[in-house]
Amino acid sequence: MLDSLARLGRWGLGMFERLGRGHLFLLSMLGGLHVLVMRPRLVIREVYAVGVLSLLIIVVSGGFVGMVLGLQGYNTLVGFGAEQSLGTVVSLSLLRELGPVVTALLFAGRAGSALTAEIGLMKSTEQLSGMEMMAVDPMRRVVAPRFLAGFFSMPLLAIIFSAVGVMGGYFVGVGLLGVDAGAFWSQMQDSVDFNEDVMNGVIKSLVFGFVVTWIALFEGYDATPTSEGVSRATTRTVVHSSLAVLGLDFILTGLMFNKF
Amino acid sequence: METTRKIEILVGIFIAAGFAALFMLAMQVSNLSSFQNTAGYQVTAQFDNIGGLKVRSPVTVSGVRVGRVTAIRYDPESFRAEVTMTLDAKHDYLPMDTIASIYTSGLLGEQYVALEPGAEMEVLKDGDRVEFTQSALVLEEMVSRLLNRLTTN
Repeated sequence: MLDSLARLGRWGLGMFERLGRGHLFLLSMLGGLHVLVMRPRLVIREVYAVGVLSLLIIVVSGGFVGMVLGLQGYNTLVGFGAEQSLGTVVSLSLLRELGPVVTALLFAGRAGSALTAEIGLMKSTEQLSGMEMMAVDPMRRVVAPRFLAGFFSMPLLAIIFSAVGVMGGYFVGVGLLGVDAGAFWSQMQDSVDFNEDVMNGVIKSLVFGFVVTWIALFEGYDATPTSEGVSRATTRTVVHSSLAVLGLDFILTGLMFNKF
Repeated sequence: METTRKIEILVGIFIAAGFAALFMLAMQVSNLSSFQNTAGYQVTAQFDNIGGLKVRSPVTVSGVRVGRVTAIRYDPESFRAEVTMTLDAKHDYLPMDTIASIYTSGLLGEQYVALEPGAEMEVLKDGDRVEFTQSALVLEEMVSRLLNRLTTN
């Protein structure tokens, strides 16, 4: 009886300890950002690894998501004789929800896991300790540029996802199913508001980029320095950041699009 | 050195593509290009029933959009709905006795405010009220009136 209570307590304490470490990690990471003004090269390298290399999967999945939305939306709307509203359906669902969320999930899988594995391996091969020995702060040299790169790449990727998705919806709706092109665009413009819809999507993706990159970097930095530990940390990155994205999306949608 | 340059160019393309996508969303997908809320003047109109009119519904003259509905509230003094419309500044020629009516585009489409210019010399200015209004037609009301007439005859 007491044993199981002790186990529960140990588990709880361990969780809070990790949570605390995560936040201390965030603070020291944000504290290391200012040196990057002097060395933007470091960030550009990481934007390449995190953003440019994720571009292919983002463009391809954006296109297919938009095309599926076009097909499904058309099938539902044509029953009401409202297939003209297809543009509205596709663009609003992409801009408000699917763009930021699906991009963040793909980003966690494609870039987040890579970040965790990279930093975890640096730790287990003692590269990070080696840097500390040379009086190079790994938080500033390794972690901070990756964080900044992830934070900036995520909204760009989400915007590209939405734009490609709208083109995919246009291709299916207008090109294949014969919706009128003028009605498709004009109904879309009538109901999509720049501040309300486009910018709120960008804000969402900034939040997701922040959280996913933070989780990925922390898991890598906090990984047990063995090959098993790194693989566990990589898995945890994908699981935790996906859950965080979905949960945060609910909260953000509640704050942005519903006036309580 | 060569690889750094290549990476820099690719990152540049990536960022440019991101901003191009944002520009495309702003101009082609959203209403940023067609109507800005900033330049315009506001007029109000009171209706007995606004039906399904919403904020951001279009305001038209002869079917041409000249503005949007920016606020809807209930006026407890006159017991009517008060609709505030923001009209484009370049459409400043609407006479004081303009008639505002709420119509539906198509059978099941969204509702909008149609303005019908009157004949007076004086024009509507910021803060003015359109006095002549016609409420939205509520389908249930029309059906019940029709049934009423059919059964009494």
